[in-house]
Amino acid sequence: MDLLRFATAGSVDDGKSTLIGRLLFDSKSIFTDQLEDLERTSVARGSEYTDLALLTDGLRAEREQGITIDVAYRYFATPRRKFIIADTPGHIQYTRNMVTGASTSDLSIILIDARKGLVEQSRRHAFLVSLLQVPHLVVAVNKMDLVDWSQEVFEAIREEFSNYAAKLNIADVSVIPVSALTGENVVTRSTQMDWYEGPSLLHHLENVHIASDRNLVDMRFPVQYVIRPQSAAHHDYRGYAGQIAGGVVKVGDDVVVLPSGLPTKVTAIDAPGGPVEEAYAPMSVVIRLEDDVDISRGDMICRPHNQAIVSQDVEAMICWMGDSPMRAGMKFGIKHTTRSARVLVKDLYYEMNINTLHRNQGAAELNLNEVGRVRLRTTVPLLADEYHRNRLTGGFILIDETTNATVAAGMIVGVQ
Amino acid sequence: MTASENPSYRLSQLDALESEAIFIIREVVAELERPAMLFSGGKDSAVMLHLALKAFAPANLPFPVVHIDTGHNFDEVIEFRDAEVTRRGIRLVVGSVQEAIDRGEVAEERNGSRNRIQTPVLLATAEKHDFNALMGGARRDEEKARAKERVFSFRDDFGQWDPKNQRPELWNLYNARIHHGETIRVFPLSNWTELDIWSYIRQEKVALPSIYYAHEREVFERNGMLFGVHEFCQPRENEPTFTETVRYRTVGDASLTAAVRSNAFDIDDIVAEVAATRVTERGATRGDDRVSEAAMEDRKKEGYF
Repeated sequence: MDLLRFATAGSVDDGKSTLIGRLLFDSKSIFTDQLEDLERTSVARGSEYTDLALLTDGLRAEREQGITIDVAYRYFATPRRKFIIADTPGHIQYTRNMVTGASTSDLSIILIDARKGLVEQSRRHAFLVSLLQVPHLVVAVNKMDLVDWSQEVFEAIREEFSNYAAKLNIADVSVIPVSALTGENVVTRSTQMDWYEGPSLLHHLENVHIASDRNLVDMRFPVQYVIRPQSAAHHDYRGYAGQIAGGVVKVGDDVVVLPSGLPTKVTAIDAPGGPVEEAYAPMSVVIRLEDDVDISRGDMICRPHNQAIVSQDVEAMICWMGDSPMRAGMKFGIKHTTRSARVLVKDLYYEMNINTLHRNQGAAELNLNEVGRVRLRTTVPLLADEYHRNRLTGGFILIDETTNATVAAGMIVGVQ
Repeated sequence: MTASENPSYRLSQLDALESEAIFIIREVVAELERPAMLFSGGKDSAVMLHLALKAFAPANLPFPVVHIDTGHNFDEVIEFRDAEVTRRGIRLVVGSVQEAIDRGEVAEERNGSRNRIQTPVLLATAEKHDFNALMGGARRDEEKARAKERVFSFRDDFGQWDPKNQRPELWNLYNARIHHGETIRVFPLSNWTELDIWSYIRQEKVALPSIYYAHEREVFERNGMLFGVHEFCQPRENEPTFTETVRYRTVGDASLTAAVRSNAFDIDDIVAEVAATRVTERGATRGDDRVSEAAMEDRKKEGYF
């Protein structure tokens, strides 16, 4: 059984929480005590039916105000797959939460209210899916029960979305008509929409092909920690621990260590289950090398003819998450793979309106939840790839050095 | 499963969770100078310790383990705890709630539960030993407030959690920076479910206290739950006792952790039972979470794990 991580984004009234509740309920992932809890709360609030949306609101303020504030993680499994849902609020003020949820997702679900069609929020979600390079997108056209299960309504929305998505960089889009309230097409195929020949939402989630999403070509091993046992039994042991960020590594492989560029050879790979001949992303392993070269946390092991770029000048898109604005000339901490450094923002080229995709070239600052293109200069070289090639070696965070808050998510678009 | 047996280069979900947890534990040690790991002897902490040992093998564990001892223990669990740390040569730090009560630092609650008052003891123990990171075995699937918690969860000088002001957590880039006096709670098992834990225990043959497996025990019924008769958990007059085949799904304070009827005598039985169960583990066995809708959220804000 494999693992699919997906994110949902949506607002209070487009039925997102109900959809998740429906997926959990119909796949029998809601437990009886949770259901009783929901029924009690629903009755106490005067609701006429068991409000599945209450299931996803974890914090007191969320339950009281009927809103989702933060990313909530949900888990369910079918015989085919285990699923991790990052459930995020959809309003523009929560863009940073959506970005957070999307960063680790294989797939994203955008909900569209069939009565309203594409709205600003749907376009924004699609843009963020493209920006974060989530490999698969599902557009769930919800509340089909309220438009008499109309094929015309559905087709119009599908066409409008396709036209918009053509401007973006999204690899795989599926559009599915559903009713989260009645459950049509969520877990089982709809009996109300004979004209729809595609799979139900859950069937799609269970079968979407994710094996080829990982980059298994470019071997990247950011060194996380050096293991040197201080014991007589393992006196000469020196292993480099980390999680493979891309590609496949084999015992006997010629490798280079960045940033020094020193060549050496892999002599052993210790996986969690014991020694292996080869290992691949995203395994956590310990690699041992032939030569006693100087390697520390933040260095990277690559193949000689396929190396990450070593550079102090980085072009990136960033999503600003700080409460106070960012301007050119400011300095931050940066965490990229296992490497930490400081950066200077050399240029803010433009702020991108994430609703219209308009580039505001004159922007002097980036405010909370705004996205823009920047040039950064780092104190030490980063060992990086462009984000579209590898999300783990192309993504970074910026940290405010006074408050220690995480203030930006960055996606490398070019390295000089 | 090893890579060479898997020509498609696909990790099973259990192996993916294992690699993620090992990465998280290593990240704590790489970024924070004085970490410690909570180890109660319960199943989640046993799995977490197993992963930690793998993360640094063949070196020794580079941090101590901590147990906040409420004094309301199951003997089998304390025996297991002590045997594990001795067998593996791990340093154990114990924070005693009983001693804190005796010193007048905390007061016994009227209902006799020591769940809430273990929090100040945890904070004092961390402070005394100057731990700036504490790893815990809590999982997001356990409870609705926990579903909102980060893997690296920032705590202020008072050990408090502010659910509305959490650091965004992107990719696998955990921000571990803190000022002096602040701490980080880390949850390597965030993405595991109860069934994952049991499946992993089966895959890895992780040792556990015997009370997790079905056995005969003298019990009584209270609030629809079965409580074992115990030094700290006595039946009231209208609560007749009887012998039942039970096991524990969770192990907490012995005065309020309930058993469940079960014929799961071995790990295969348990995995099958957990896969089929229709009640959450906390719902089935914890008196403390039944106080209110937000009982866990309130305790977490105070510094509870």
